[in-house]
Amino acid sequence: MTKPRSYQTEAIIIKKTKLGEADRILTLYTPLRGKLQGVAKGVRRPRSKLSGHLELLTYSQVWFARGRNIDTITGCQTINGFIELKSHLELTSVALYATELVNLFTAEHIENHPLFRLLLETMERLTADADSRLALRYFELHLLDKVGYRPRLRQCTACHQPLAAVSNFFCPPSGGMLCPTCAVEQPTAFTVSVNALKVLCYLQEKDFAAASRLRLSPELEKELEGLLRSYLGYLLEREVKSATWLDSLREQALLGP
Amino acid sequence: MKDRSQATTETVSNLIELFSGLPGIGPKSAQRLAFFLLRAPTEHSRRLAEAIIAVKEKTRLCSCCFNIADTDTCPICSDMQRETSSICVVEQPQDIPALEHTGAFKGLYHVLHGAISPTEGVGTKDLRINELIERLKNGAIDEVILGTNPTVEGETTAMYLSRLITPLGIKVTRLARGLPYGTELEYADDVTLTRAIEGRQKL
Repeated sequence: MTKPRSYQTEAIIIKKTKLGEADRILTLYTPLRGKLQGVAKGVRRPRSKLSGHLELLTYSQVWFARGRNIDTITGCQTINGFIELKSHLELTSVALYATELVNLFTAEHIENHPLFRLLLETMERLTADADSRLALRYFELHLLDKVGYRPRLRQCTACHQPLAAVSNFFCPPSGGMLCPTCAVEQPTAFTVSVNALKVLCYLQEKDFAAASRLRLSPELEKELEGLLRSYLGYLLEREVKSATWLDSLREQALLGP
Repeated sequence: MKDRSQATTETVSNLIELFSGLPGIGPKSAQRLAFFLLRAPTEHSRRLAEAIIAVKEKTRLCSCCFNIADTDTCPICSDMQRETSSICVVEQPQDIPALEHTGAFKGLYHVLHGAISPTEGVGTKDLRINELIERLKNGAIDEVILGTNPTVEGETTAMYLSRLITPLGIKVTRLARGLPYGTELEYADDVTLTRAIEGRQKL
């Protein structure tokens, strides 16, 4: 059976690249088709009917026409423009970081409905005044889960024994925790405080409604961020560009409370 | 497939190749341009070549606003008639002719040469932001108009600049975002329409 010449899907716009004089190549994340790319013609002209519906961080219904190399976007209608997100510097930056992670961890045309939902829910949470750092840690942990890198937090990944309530170690190459005995042989392992591990387990096992009740101290927040970042960085073998921007925003103390 | 470059001389195919490296020029257009020049008077080619060299060698960035300039300061910065109390911040030098064409703005400009794009790794250090802040600290500026593009990157840049500039006691405004002239309302997206309603004006 030949594929139909056109199709439509819901999508979140996660990346855009300029093409030629007035066109763009967009990367979209969809519920049933995974990551897609499409050419949007003329969207850089001011009177384009599509441009506003195809901006980054927009959740839209998108119509495609199949092409030989790349599909063309023929129509688009916003489902949620996330205007609150886009009107806030920190939230925009956090959401861009989330979309960059999705882009880096996925390949084209591989369906991952749970990941789509996670991204959409995270954007909704950010809009709904959730603690943006907690929402981001929750997103990172569950993204790892949904792309097949769920870190093992309850047992030691080497000796498989349950972890004792002491400072244990996180080891990116092992994909999870190590007990103090096993960590000796692993130079890349680093200490994780008892509280940080508790929070990680809680975030990993509970839904966001429960997780959002957590209140973390700045030190604990920093530890969790560092841990997840080093694991993500290890898996991706590259830095996440928008993380640098998030850091520089925070350094200049420009982030709102 | 036969190698087409053998069908013309090396000199001509070299020119075609150089043309096809230009934005928006494909192999056929490149060929058309090359054969046009081949037939056109030598004087024409010489002037074209000189103009291309001149644009690289004789232009620089304005020391004040970072617009393209032939001398140390650009024509707008050296124009004594301009109001020096307001600065319009834009992403690209190309944005200035568009705004100038309206004649609605009489102040000065500042070109950032890009916009903050976290996912592309474009940060504040890649843009002329420090230079803008220095300019604001030194001069008697009353108002900064943020004229970055109404995209996520442009908005991010505008929000960031607003946080930097407001503490300096300078009025910060943003170009209105709403419906483009000559379009139809039904095609407008939610963000544009929301902004258009928020920014509505009394008739």
